[in-house]
Amino acid sequence: MNYQWDWDAVREAFPLLMEGFKTTLLATVLGTLVAAVLGLVVAMAGRAPTRLVTIPVRALTEFVRSTPLLVQLVGAYTIFNSFEPLTIGIAVLGIHYASYLSEVYRAGIDAVPKGQWEACRALSMSPRRTWQAVILPQAVRNVLPALGNYGIAMFKETPFLAVITVSEMVFEAQEYGSEHFVYAEVFTLAGLIFLAASYPTSLLMRKLEKRLGH
Amino acid sequence: MATDPLQKTNPEDRAPETAAGHLVVFDQVVKRYGDHVVLDHLDFTVERGQHVTLIGPSGSGKTTILRLLMTLERISGGLIMVSGKPLSHMAGPGGSLKPASEKYQREIRKKIGMVFQQFNLFPNMNVLQNITESPVNVLGMDRAEAEERAEELLDMVGLREKITAHPTQLSGGQQQRVAIARALAMRPEILLLDEVTSALDPELVAGVLDLLREIARTTDITMLCVTHEMNFARDISDQVLMFDSGRVIESGPPEKLFGDPDHERTREFLSAVL
Amino acid sequence: MGDFYSYFFDHLPNVWSGLWVTIEATVLGAIVALALSFAFGFMANSRHVLVRGVSRVIVEFFRGTSLYVQLFWLYYAFPLLFSYELTPLFCGVVAFGMNYGAYGSEVVRGALNAVPKGQWEAAVALNMTPAQRMRRVILPQAWVQMIPPFTNLLIQLLKATPLLWLITAADLTTVIQQMRDRTGETTWAYLTLLVMYFILAYALTLLMNLLERHAKTRLGQHTSARSLLRSRSAESAEKAEVAQATGGGG
Repeated sequence: MNYQWDWDAVREAFPLLMEGFKTTLLATVLGTLVAAVLGLVVAMAGRAPTRLVTIPVRALTEFVRSTPLLVQLVGAYTIFNSFEPLTIGIAVLGIHYASYLSEVYRAGIDAVPKGQWEACRALSMSPRRTWQAVILPQAVRNVLPALGNYGIAMFKETPFLAVITVSEMVFEAQEYGSEHFVYAEVFTLAGLIFLAASYPTSLLMRKLEKRLGH
Repeated sequence: MATDPLQKTNPEDRAPETAAGHLVVFDQVVKRYGDHVVLDHLDFTVERGQHVTLIGPSGSGKTTILRLLMTLERISGGLIMVSGKPLSHMAGPGGSLKPASEKYQREIRKKIGMVFQQFNLFPNMNVLQNITESPVNVLGMDRAEAEERAEELLDMVGLREKITAHPTQLSGGQQQRVAIARALAMRPEILLLDEVTSALDPELVAGVLDLLREIARTTDITMLCVTHEMNFARDISDQVLMFDSGRVIESGPPEKLFGDPDHERTREFLSAVL
Repeated sequence: MGDFYSYFFDHLPNVWSGLWVTIEATVLGAIVALALSFAFGFMANSRHVLVRGVSRVIVEFFRGTSLYVQLFWLYYAFPLLFSYELTPLFCGVVAFGMNYGAYGSEVVRGALNAVPKGQWEAAVALNMTPAQRMRRVILPQAWVQMIPPFTNLLIQLLKATPLLWLITAADLTTVIQQMRDRTGETTWAYLTLLVMYFILAYALTLLMNLLERHAKTRLGQHTSARSLLRSRSAESAEKAEVAQATGGGG
C-alpha cells in the first residue's frame, strides 16, 4: 500500500461534510417524525372494522416494505419533479419507514392487555377516549425503543438521498471526492462520522430499552 | 480454615480413609454466588449402592449439590471426590491440584447420570434418538445394540409404544420416564434425581415414583435424590440428609429421621411438609 | 404504457440478465452474510474476552457505518489505496455480506442464548463433548429461531441490491432505468420495477417459510400450509423485524 494519504483534503473536506451532515440530520429527524405519525395512522387503519379499509391498507404496507427504498426514491423524484428533492426524500423515507413502524405499533397495541379494553367498556368510555387516554399511552410506551432504533436505521440510509441530488453528507463527500480525486479520504471520513454519530445513539437506545424493561 | 483445594497437597495423602471406601465424598465444599453462600463447608459421604435422599427447605442448597456433582456448576472451595478421584480438580505440577480439564471431567462424568426437574428431553430428536444419542456418539456403542437397549429401557418405563413419538407429543409424566430411560442408557454408577416430580401434574407423580422405586429395588445404582415427596424418600432411602442454610444439620436412616429427629429444625420442617 | 411494455417484451433477454445480476448479488451476498453471522455470532459467545471484543468491534463497525458508504468505499476508495480494482458485483457481495453478516451475528447470538439452559445441562449430563452439545442439541434448536429474522435480513439485502446500479453493475434496476430512458414512460417503468422486486421478495419469503416449516417439523412442531403464504408482517416476524433494526438490542 503506497498510497499517499492526503490530510489536507481531510481537513478541507471535513467542514463541507459537516455542512452536509446538517441536512442528513434534518432528513433523519423529519423522516422519523413522518414515519412515527403515518405509522400510527396506518396501524389504526389496519384495525378498522371493515375489510374494505384493512385489506388495501395491509396490501399497500406490505408492498412498500417489500420494495427497495432506492427505487422508490428515484421513482418519486422522477415522477414528482416539481417538488424539492429534499421534500421528496423526507416524504419517501417517512412513508417507507411508516410501513415498518405500523407493524411495530400494531404489536404495541396488541400488547396492551385485553383487560384494559374491557375496563374502558365497563366505564362506558367513548372509543375516542379509550384510544386517547388508555390504549395509545401504553402502546406508545411499548413502541418507543423501536422508534428510536428505526430512527438510527433511517439515519444510515439517508445517503440514498444523494442519488436524488439532496446535498447531504455523502453527496458532499462524492462531490469533493470526484473534484479532487480523494475518494479514499472522503469516504473514510464519511463512514467514521456515521459511526461516531450512530454508535453512541444506539448505546443510548439499548439503555432506554433496558430501562423500559424490554 | 483452609478451603482452597489448590493450596492443598494430594487429597489422597491427606485423607486416605475417605478416598478408599466411599463412592462420593464432599469435603468442606463451599459454593458461593457472589456474596451469597449456598454451601457452607459441607461434609458428607455416599457409599456404593446407597440410596440417599436430601431434604430441607427450598433454597437450602440441595439442588446445588447435585449440580456440582454433575459439573454443571463450578465449586468455590473444598473438594468433591468420586470413586477416590477429585471431581473438579486434577493433579497439577508438584502434587498440587488444578481445575480439571474438560477431558478429565468427561472421564469422571461417565459414572454419573442425572434426571432433571424439567425433563430436558431434546425436542429435535424423537424418543428413541433421545435415548440412543449419547450411547452411540459418546460411548461409541454400536447403533443396533444401543437401539436394542433403548427398547428394553422403554419396556421398563412402560413406553415401548412411544418409541418414535416426539417429546412434544408426550405428557409430562411420560417425558420424565423417557428422561429416566435416557439417563439409564448411559449405564451410570450414580444417578442424580433433581426434584423429578416437581414439574408434574399431581396425577402423574405416582407413576414416576413407582418407576424409581422399581429401579432402586432391582439395580445396584447409587442414587442421590432431592425431593419434596417425603413418603417416597422414606420408601427408597437408606440414608436421609436434612439440609438447612448450606449445611447438613442431621442425617440418619429414614425411620430415625422421620420418626424421631434429634434436631428442632428437622421437626419444624417435617411438621410443615407432612 | 404501451410503449414501455412493447419495449420491455422486445428486450426480455436484457431483463433476464439484469434479473440474474440481482439474484446473483442477493444469493452470494446472503451466503457471505450467513457465514459471517455464524462466525461473529459464535465469537460473541466465546469464553475469551479478547475473542468477544474482536467480534463486538467488527460488528459495531459494520452496523455503525452506512452500507451505502461501505459500498462506495470498496468501489472508489479501495482501488486507490491498494491499487487493485474490484468488480462491481464483487464489491456488492462483500459489502452486503459484511453489513448483513454483522446484523445476522446478533441473530445467531440471540438464538443460541434463547435455547433453554436445561438443554445444555442435559447434554452435559449425557457426557457429550462441547462440539457434540453444539451440533446435536443447541444448534438444531437455535436454527429454528434464526429463520424468521434471517428472512427479514434476506429481504433487506434484496432491497439493498439496487445500490449496484450506482456502481455500474448491470442489475435489474439499471436495465429497467435504461428502458425508461428509451421510452420516457417513467411511471410504468418504476411501477414495473417495484412489482418485480415485490415478487422476488415474496418468492424469497415463501422459500424461507418452507425452510422454517421443515426445521420446525424436526422439532415436532407442525405448521399449517396456510402459514407458508403468510407475509413477513405475520406475528412471528414482528419481533424479528425490531431485532433486526436494533441488532437484537445488545
